[in-house]
Amino acid sequence: MTVIDPPAQVDPPVSPELETGARRAASRRGFLLGLPALLYLTVFFMVPLGIVVAYSFATRSRTGRTELRDWNLDAYARLGDDVVRTIAVRSLWIALATTLISLVLAYPLAYYMSTRTPTVRNILLVGVMLPFWSNFLVRTYAWRVLLDSDGLVSQATQAVGIGETRLLFTPTAVLIGLVYRYLPFMVLPLYAAIERIDWSLVEAARDLHASAWTAFRRVVWPLSLPGVIAGSILVFVPSFGAYVTPAILGGNKEGLLGSFIVSQFLSARNGPVGASLSVVVLSVMLVATLWYFRSGGRNL
Amino acid sequence: MKGVARSTTAPTGAARWWLTAHASLVYLFFYAPIVVLVLYSFNDSRIIGGWDGFTFRWYGEFAENRSVRDALAVSFRVALLSTAISVVLGTLSALSIERFRWRGRRLLDGVLYLPIIIPDVTMAVMLLVFFSEAADIIDRLPFIDLSSGLETLVISHVAFNISFVSVVVRARLANLDPSAEEAAADLYANRWQTFRRVTLPQIMPGVIGGALLAITLSLDDVVVSSFVQAIGSTPLPVFVFGLVRRGVSPLINAVSVFMLAASTGLVLVSLLVQRIRSSPGEPKELIP
Amino acid sequence: MNRFKLLTLLTALAIAIAACGDDDDSETGGGGAAEGATCEPGEVDGDLALYNWSEYIDPELITAFEEEFDVTVTEDFYPSNEEMLARVQEGASFDLIVPSDYMVSIMIEEGLLTPIQADAVPNLDNLADRFASELPYDPEGEYSVPYQWGTTGLGVDLAVVGEDVPHTWGLVFDPELSQQYAGKITMLDDPRETMGAALKYLGYSLNTTDPDELAEAEELVADAIPRLAAFDSDQYDDLLIQGESAIAHGYSGNFFTAFEEGESDYEYFVPDEGGTVWVDNMAVPTSAAHPCTAHAFINFLLDAENGAALTNWNFYASPNAAAEEFIDAEVLEDPAIYPTEELNERLEFIEDTGDFEIEYTDALSRARG
Repeated sequence: MTVIDPPAQVDPPVSPELETGARRAASRRGFLLGLPALLYLTVFFMVPLGIVVAYSFATRSRTGRTELRDWNLDAYARLGDDVVRTIAVRSLWIALATTLISLVLAYPLAYYMSTRTPTVRNILLVGVMLPFWSNFLVRTYAWRVLLDSDGLVSQATQAVGIGETRLLFTPTAVLIGLVYRYLPFMVLPLYAAIERIDWSLVEAARDLHASAWTAFRRVVWPLSLPGVIAGSILVFVPSFGAYVTPAILGGNKEGLLGSFIVSQFLSARNGPVGASLSVVVLSVMLVATLWYFRSGGRNL
Repeated sequence: MKGVARSTTAPTGAARWWLTAHASLVYLFFYAPIVVLVLYSFNDSRIIGGWDGFTFRWYGEFAENRSVRDALAVSFRVALLSTAISVVLGTLSALSIERFRWRGRRLLDGVLYLPIIIPDVTMAVMLLVFFSEAADIIDRLPFIDLSSGLETLVISHVAFNISFVSVVVRARLANLDPSAEEAAADLYANRWQTFRRVTLPQIMPGVIGGALLAITLSLDDVVVSSFVQAIGSTPLPVFVFGLVRRGVSPLINAVSVFMLAASTGLVLVSLLVQRIRSSPGEPKELIP
Repeated sequence: MNRFKLLTLLTALAIAIAACGDDDDSETGGGGAAEGATCEPGEVDGDLALYNWSEYIDPELITAFEEEFDVTVTEDFYPSNEEMLARVQEGASFDLIVPSDYMVSIMIEEGLLTPIQADAVPNLDNLADRFASELPYDPEGEYSVPYQWGTTGLGVDLAVVGEDVPHTWGLVFDPELSQQYAGKITMLDDPRETMGAALKYLGYSLNTTDPDELAEAEELVADAIPRLAAFDSDQYDDLLIQGESAIAHGYSGNFFTAFEEGESDYEYFVPDEGGTVWVDNMAVPTSAAHPCTAHAFINFLLDAENGAALTNWNFYASPNAAAEEFIDAEVLEDPAIYPTEELNERLEFIEDTGDFEIEYTDALSRARG
């Protein structure tokens, strides 16, 4: 993740000693403001993360307890199995498809929202969040009702003469479920980015006889890029590790990374392999995210 | 300012029609399952698929079922507590990163993104392991017990919520013109006054947006919660997960409709309060 | 700020935060009171923290216990044995838990259970002989008391498969027999149950630790997956009566309520090759703060009328012989709930296979691909 420089401190031109003093004071204040979050995340995130790393080198006892002895790389060696590669690639494709579909659905919506009056905008925004204050599992089961062979979707396709469609327990159903679950995570940052665009730039482009499409491509799209990047990360990351939605709507007939990690930790009670896979997934995601942010050239 | 410019660049003609149609379809997508669950909460059959006539009986059962009400209370308490804490910590960290240059800034920046990046399965497992290791240490220390009450839930939810709040507030802060704060300083306002009167109102939409996101994430979390919940504190999503395992009943639809209604009420009230407190005219943005 | 100072601060904060967690009464903390205490019949030593499967006990029984003994019962719920194990290992001090058979043996080996004080549970005499001793996971009945039990088998929609459907796992695993039901079959999303069904079809023990036998079963499952609608451990009974599936692998009691709701005729059977029998048990963890209340509760549920109330509410078979005269006739006479003697011969418990447990999970993962 790139760190953009904070707005330049607008210290008046004063003697070097005073300037150093002011900078020190600012540094101290920044430190004090950031300290609570830093401490909190260190104790309750970084330390737990360290334990997972330790577990990945540990040994499974006969009863399935993870014992911190006989340090070894066996758990990492297991990740070379064909089955792990297959499910990793499959999870990657599903996450990419979910992200792309969400972007295509969310962008016009965010654009539409940001061109409404403020009151309508607020209503539309709350409208995006509202469904997510019911229960996630219950919503997913409601999708089952919509997608099964006498569900609404099937009845609609029958009505237009395509015949009965059973989407439930297909990869399409998994995609529908994942897009549904994570679409708001795409809409919110996109809206935040598009809404801030200085529309006089678009006007200027149009004045210079740019077509609507050119104006969009050359002005709006580049300016909304931070939102696109933030949104795609917020969608890609959780759909890569998702396991409840694919299980309920996809029938779990094909392995995915999330369910594989869960089955290692729970069914097999194999802490080291679950931990090693988590560590690898986290490292890859971190590097990918850093690279993605850098290539976007902006922070969130 | 922007409002004027917008009126001249708002899409027209076919583009406008197309955007409106698209937005309607996306909202249909958002609300289709909600309509289903509201309908089935009045269904007289135990089975979700069939329809046996209209009934209020699931709402009656909900009112009588102590376990559901307890779980609901846990969920709301954890959501409110964890949101309050993460809004404070997240906003401070956003200010610290966007407004000041200090040595640990990049470290904090990196650490803040990790909880967003980490898959929830991994986070659940590592917090479980952490609390179990902590319990080992704690067993040796007298009069300390981390694994009781709501603490583990609140601690865990804050750990992922700080980052989401921080991201939203920073998005707002990055766009702010610091000149108002400088003007206040020039007028001899002290730091607290400047923050209270100038900075805070400016970033408020970001803070509220972050808080909404945090509440949503907390109310919806089933994976992390099911691993870290402590005695007497099963939150609703975990309880529902268990119910589904043992044969779903429309009771959970009724509970979901209740949650939906309660949260909608909360949002409306907060919007109203915000509107009354802000000057008449343009309503405040919810999200930066 | 130098590193040392930061470290000191972190440690201080960690301790301070840890200390914040301590607002319960101190007796619930620490190692628990379960070890060493001797309980009298009917003695209570505080409120009961019960950790159970969701919807597994009639709330009226809880209320009755609270009134009779003047204590409060706190209920927590878990969706799987493994999550329960994790939290008990974590040190959460529940007074009474309800682990399944194989989990009892794991928890005994891990030293997480305290012996049942038979003197404090006079109603132990009510248990049917076959549940009083010689259960493979706890041979002496030293650490656990059976709560409810049942079998794993197939529920079928007779309108689809016909009245004279053969009672065989071949409905799932025989390519020719099961092809006509392709897309209408669900299996449990559980490595031991699903691999176990395949092993039974092949004529092996479902507790095999022979890699070759397991490999054969893995191939069988992999071949069957294209014919499956889903792996589903939660909603298989609903899917069956909605007509989304015609053959469902699942637990006995769950089908009972579902069959009454459905419009078609249904049947539950354990295939002739054999299947799983399971027992959920009451046990007191070593970390229990109020072991005597836990024993009082065990005794309370082993009472003839209370045991019957439990079964009449959740439709699982009761290990309580004395309760049978109070159990509804339709429950008692349903072979899906109370298997016949002849069937009992073909049932096998799932036992913990130690290190081989990993192989079962991996076999199912590989079969899925």
